[in-house]
Amino acid sequence: MTIQEKQQEIIDEFAIYDDWMDKYEYIIELGKSVPTLAPELKTQDRIIEGCQSNVWLATEIKDGKMQFSADSDAIITKGIIGLLIQVLNNESPETVLKSDLFFIAQIGLAEHLSPTRANGLLSMVKRMKTEALQSLAQ
Amino acid sequence: MEHSPFSVSDIRAQFPALRQKVYGKQLIYFDNGATSQKPQVVLDTLAQYYALENANIHRGVHYLSQQATSAYEAARRTIQKYIGANGPEEIIFTKGTTDSINLVAFSFGERLKPGDEILISAMEHHSNIVPWQLLCERKGCVLRVIPISKKGELDLAAFEQMLSERTKLLALTHISNTLGTINPVKELIAKAHQVGAKVLLDGAQSIQHLSIDVKDLNCDFYTFSGHKVFGPTGIGILYGKEALLDTMPPYQGGGDMISKVTFERSTYNTLPLKFEAGTPHIAGAIGLGSAISFLQSIDMQAAAAHELELTKYAQGILDTFEGLNIIGEAKNKTSVVSFTIDQMHPFDIGTLLDKQGIAVRTGHHCTQPLMDFYQIPGTVRASFAFYNTKEEIDTFVAALERSMQILGA
Repeated sequence: MTIQEKQQEIIDEFAIYDDWMDKYEYIIELGKSVPTLAPELKTQDRIIEGCQSNVWLATEIKDGKMQFSADSDAIITKGIIGLLIQVLNNESPETVLKSDLFFIAQIGLAEHLSPTRANGLLSMVKRMKTEALQSLAQ
Repeated sequence: MEHSPFSVSDIRAQFPALRQKVYGKQLIYFDNGATSQKPQVVLDTLAQYYALENANIHRGVHYLSQQATSAYEAARRTIQKYIGANGPEEIIFTKGTTDSINLVAFSFGERLKPGDEILISAMEHHSNIVPWQLLCERKGCVLRVIPISKKGELDLAAFEQMLSERTKLLALTHISNTLGTINPVKELIAKAHQVGAKVLLDGAQSIQHLSIDVKDLNCDFYTFSGHKVFGPTGIGILYGKEALLDTMPPYQGGGDMISKVTFERSTYNTLPLKFEAGTPHIAGAIGLGSAISFLQSIDMQAAAAHELELTKYAQGILDTFEGLNIIGEAKNKTSVVSFTIDQMHPFDIGTLLDKQGIAVRTGHHCTQPLMDFYQIPGTVRASFAFYNTKEEIDTFVAALERSMQILGA
C-alpha cells in the first residue's frame, strides 16, 4: 500500500463517525492498543515536551525502511500517534521526508497538529522528518 | 451606588459570546480564570471609539483629540474610584498584570541592594515569580517563598518567621488562579509593613470577584488585567500609592512621559504619565473604563455570593467522584475548582469536555512550582464568573462522567 492509500484508508474509516465523541472514542481505543514504549526507551533524548502532554519517539531503520515507536502520557495524543505510525512506518526515509499528512486535516484533527496545541504532536512529526533526513545524509 | 437586584439571566443576556453553540452544543464557558467574556456595552464602547472618537491623546489641539483625551482620563477616574484610590495619579495604564508587575520590578526594584529580600508565595503565577527572579539576578537580592499547606493555604507562621528588616517587598497573589484560595492579604500587608516592607498584590483573579478597596487593604501596589474583568485584552492597571510612585524612576522612555527633552538630559512628566511612555492603548483604556462601569451596575456582593455558591456546588459534587482529587481545598476560596483524576491525563479530559461544548483549562496554569509541590503534571480547572449557573455545572458534571467513562473503559 502506498502512503496515499494508507491515509485514504484512515479517512474512510473515520467517515462513518459523524459525532465528535464517537470519533474520539475510536482514537482513545486506538491509543490504548498502541504498545507502550519500554521504560528504558523513555530517555531524555527521546522526549518531546509539549506544554500539555509529552511524547516519546524511538526510531529504527530496518532494511532501508523507517520503524517508529512512540508513546505519550495522554491517551488521545497516543491515539493520534498510532495513526501517524500506521501511515509512516515501513516507508523509506525519502518517503517520510516528503510525506504530506493530509489525512489529519481530513478527519478533523488538524487542531492537534497546530503550533498552538502544544501537545508535542507537531514537534513529533518534525522529529520524524528530521530523523529521516539524518538517515539520508549518512 | 445604585444597582438593580442581581439576576444571572439579566447579566447573561448582555454577553453575546455566551449565546453561541460550539460543535453543535450550547457553549458552557468555565475558563474565566484565563479570560472573561465581554458584555455588549464594552463592545459598543470599543466600536464607538474607533468609529467616531479615534485620535491620539494628550497633545492634539483639535476636537477629536480632546474628545479622546477626556474619554481616556474619564476611564482612569472611573477605575480610580472603583478601587478606592486617592486620585488619578495613582492609576497607571499598563498592558496587563504582567506588565504592571514588571514595571514595579524594574522601577521600584532600582532601590534594592544585594542581600535585600523579596517574599512571594508557593502559589504564585509565573508572572509574579519570574520578574522577581530577574530582579534578583540584576541586584543580588534574595527571593524567598512562603510555603503553603496541602489544602492550599499560606503557612502564616512561616511567613512571620521569614519577615525581617531585610524584607523589602512582599509580592503576593490575592486569589490563586490555580487553587482559588483567597489569601488573608490585609493581615499579611499589616505584618509586612511592620518591618518596613512594601506590598504588591497580584489582583488578576480578585478584581472580578471581590470588591476592592486599596485604601482599606493598605497595599502599596495593586495590579490587574482588563481582559479578566470583562474588558479588552492588552490593557491593565498598576495602582500605586502616590508618594511611592513619585519616588520611583520611569520604567520606559518615550513620548508622553517627558516634561522637557534635550540631548543633555530630559525631565519627566508628573504622575501618572511618567509611567505611560508612548501612545497608550487608548481604546483598551476606554473599554476597561466601560467594563468597570458595567461592574458598578451590578450588586457585586450578591455576585460574589453567587460565585461562592457555584464553587461549593461544583466542588461538592466532584468530591463524591471516585478517583477524583480536588486540588486546593482552602477554607476561604472562590470561583475555581481544580482537580485531577487518577490514571487520566488532564489534556484528555479537557479535549473530551471541549467536544461536548465545555471550555475548561487544563495544564499547569502557569504555576509550575505549584504543580511540583503537588507532584502532578497539571489539573483540569473549571473557573466561574457571575454569569455562570448551576444548570451549567450539572451539564458539565454529566459531560465529565461521560468523558471518564470513555477514558476508563
